Amino acid sequence: MLRGWWGSRRIPLAWLLLTRQPVRLAVALAGISFAGILMFMQFGFRDGLFDASVTIHKLFDADLVLISPRSSSSVSMAGFPRRRLVQTLADPEVTGVTPVHWSLLLWRNPQTRATRSILTLGFEPTDPLFTDPGLAAKARVLSERGRVLFDELSRPEFGPVAQWFKQGRTVESEISGKRIRVGGLVSLGTSFGADGNLLTSSETFLQLMPNTPPGSIEVGLVRLRRGADVAAVQARLRRELPSDVQVLTKAGFIAFEQDYWRSSTSIGFIFSLGAAMGFVVGCVIVYQILYSDVSDHLPEYATLMAMGYRLTHLLGVVAREGLLLAILGYIPAFAAGQGLYLVVRNATNLPVAMDTSRATLVFSLILVMCMGSAALAMRRLGDADPAEIF
Amino acid sequence: MADSLLTLAPQAPPSGAPIAIAVEGLSHWYGHGSMRRQVIDGLNFRVAAGEVVLLTGPSGCGKTTILSLVGALRSVQQGQVRVLGQELNGSGRRTRQQLRRSIGMIFQGHNLLRCLSAEQNVQMGADLLPGLSYRVRRDQAREWLRAVGLGDELHKLPHDLSGGQKQRVAIARALAAQPRLLLADEPTAALDSRTGREVVELLQRLAREQGCAVLMVTHDPRILDLADRVLRMEDGRLVEPGSGQRLWGRDQLADVPVQ
Ligand SMILES: Nc1ncnc2c1ncn2[C@@H]1O[C@H](COP(=O)(O)OP(=O)(O)O)[C@@H](O)[C@H]1O
Ligand SMILES: [Mg+2]
Repeated sequence: MLRGWWGSRRIPLAWLLLTRQPVRLAVALAGISFAGILMFMQFGFRDGLFDASVTIHKLFDADLVLISPRSSSSVSMAGFPRRRLVQTLADPEVTGVTPVHWSLLLWRNPQTRATRSILTLGFEPTDPLFTDPGLAAKARVLSERGRVLFDELSRPEFGPVAQWFKQGRTVESEISGKRIRVGGLVSLGTSFGADGNLLTSSETFLQLMPNTPPGSIEVGLVRLRRGADVAAVQARLRRELPSDVQVLTKAGFIAFEQDYWRSSTSIGFIFSLGAAMGFVVGCVIVYQILYSDVSDHLPEYATLMAMGYRLTHLLGVVAREGLLLAILGYIPAFAAGQGLYLVVRNATNLPVAMDTSRATLVFSLILVMCMGSAALAMRRLGDADPAEIF
Repeated sequence: MADSLLTLAPQAPPSGAPIAIAVEGLSHWYGHGSMRRQVIDGLNFRVAAGEVVLLTGPSGCGKTTILSLVGALRSVQQGQVRVLGQELNGSGRRTRQQLRRSIGMIFQGHNLLRCLSAEQNVQMGADLLPGLSYRVRRDQAREWLRAVGLGDELHKLPHDLSGGQKQRVAIARALAAQPRLLLADEPTAALDSRTGREVVELLQRLAREQGCAVLMVTHDPRILDLADRVLRMEDGRLVEPGSGQRLWGRDQLADVPVQ
């Protein structure tokens, strides 16, 4: 089949039209690549920001998560009675629970003495918190009062804590005006709402936050028996627990956070607008190039029609030019996108990476851009009148 | 249809040969309303298969218009135009496009595709042939370029060829589609007289070998001897040479046999 196609091929007119005018081709490809890179960056930032908003959320060892219905996002978590979490243990499918205190507290940079808010989680050091099994050993130091585990991936504005700690120095600082000591390092990652993270015991947490109502927690992790029907347990708990608590799956908990950033901020809109601008600029460039290409070759197209080539054949040539431009323009955009994602990751700690869905999305947009421009440029072919060429 | 034409014009040469072009009562107008102007006025002529016929006449008398009508590039307004057995009056776009595949056209300018090499330009002609593999069509293109004496310039772009060479590539391209009729409009206009004569000689010889009819418009008196017949036009009509008097009636042919 392929062989038959290859054997019956014709002169690759679209390819030759493009490549025999290298300057015009270069301009077109530069325009398309520019548009592609812009789209990759904008979509990358957008997805990266949404993804970064749930860095911590993804780490929890939980099948179901209880939060207060008054919580709107990780930066404003409301409390609910810890009793509700204990109640879930009555369900036969529930194997364990972890109550978690969650708040943004003011950390004093031990070097510059400047303060900055840091996400602080308080839990029983003996309870499982994250799926990462390495935490349990590190958490042991938290049983001592006033000890915290510091996230070494926190932004540098919090001070050279990790560096000092690794050098063997005793790192002490203040949180909300109270003295604490760094008892170890963990690797979690920054998120949208938090530039840094701290883990501490519930006891220490309550010392730092003396106004916490007794028996109130912000997050409750619920672990189920292996193979349990998560949705069914969720529905059951929702029915049984009063409305002062919300039962989410882990995925739902992640979506809850992302939805906040998506709907309550203009991040999605801003970055989509940026991508749209790239798209429009690309369209204009490709249209200009294809239109002038068709115009310049109008007598030649008319000659082909006089020779007996069909108009549809010539439309096909322009369409193939569009397709070739899309493919040739996408390749450098993809490569540059990869490189820029690396730069962004290093500079911002944002989890921006090339994924198939975004690569496909940008290619589709470039394809639409080129084929749409080609379709518009084709209208010019109607002016190719073979009657006028003798 | 062809039979009735034969009886109408019994002197049509060469007698009995199949007819490539049969034109009867052809008139053509340009423009609309008050701008409407007749450029062809009741024209009758025919060209037999394999015949080489020249069409001459002063500038603006309608020669190019005739070629574009016979070449199925323009729709016929009045009269009958039968080309390679296909009636063109009232024919559809698709019919004309299909017919054009059997008609080779050579233009005043060479009209080569600038971005294609000589060989690729000729292959654009051969590519119209159905059922041949790429390799065969390419070899045919090379063969035709050798036939027009350009076997060494296969890969040159039109840009790098001289005027005469370009016109020879155009001839090779027209012939590569294996046409049964060649139309040429002042193919020597852009060439000096010696090159012009060489190109027309070549065209005539190759067309003869292929049994392809030729209708060529020319101003050049030095190539009239290469034709089987010469048709002379004035103001949209055919005339007898020299006299300037209108000869053509419904029962007469304006054929002027050479010698
Ligand atoms: N597309 C056109 N529209 C209007 N008038 C035309 C057009 N083409 C040719 N003419 C006119 O028709 C007449 C015949 O033109 P043409 O067939 O080109 O003559 P020739 O080829 O013998 O010089 C000329 O007067 C020319 O000005
Ligand atoms: Mg003319």
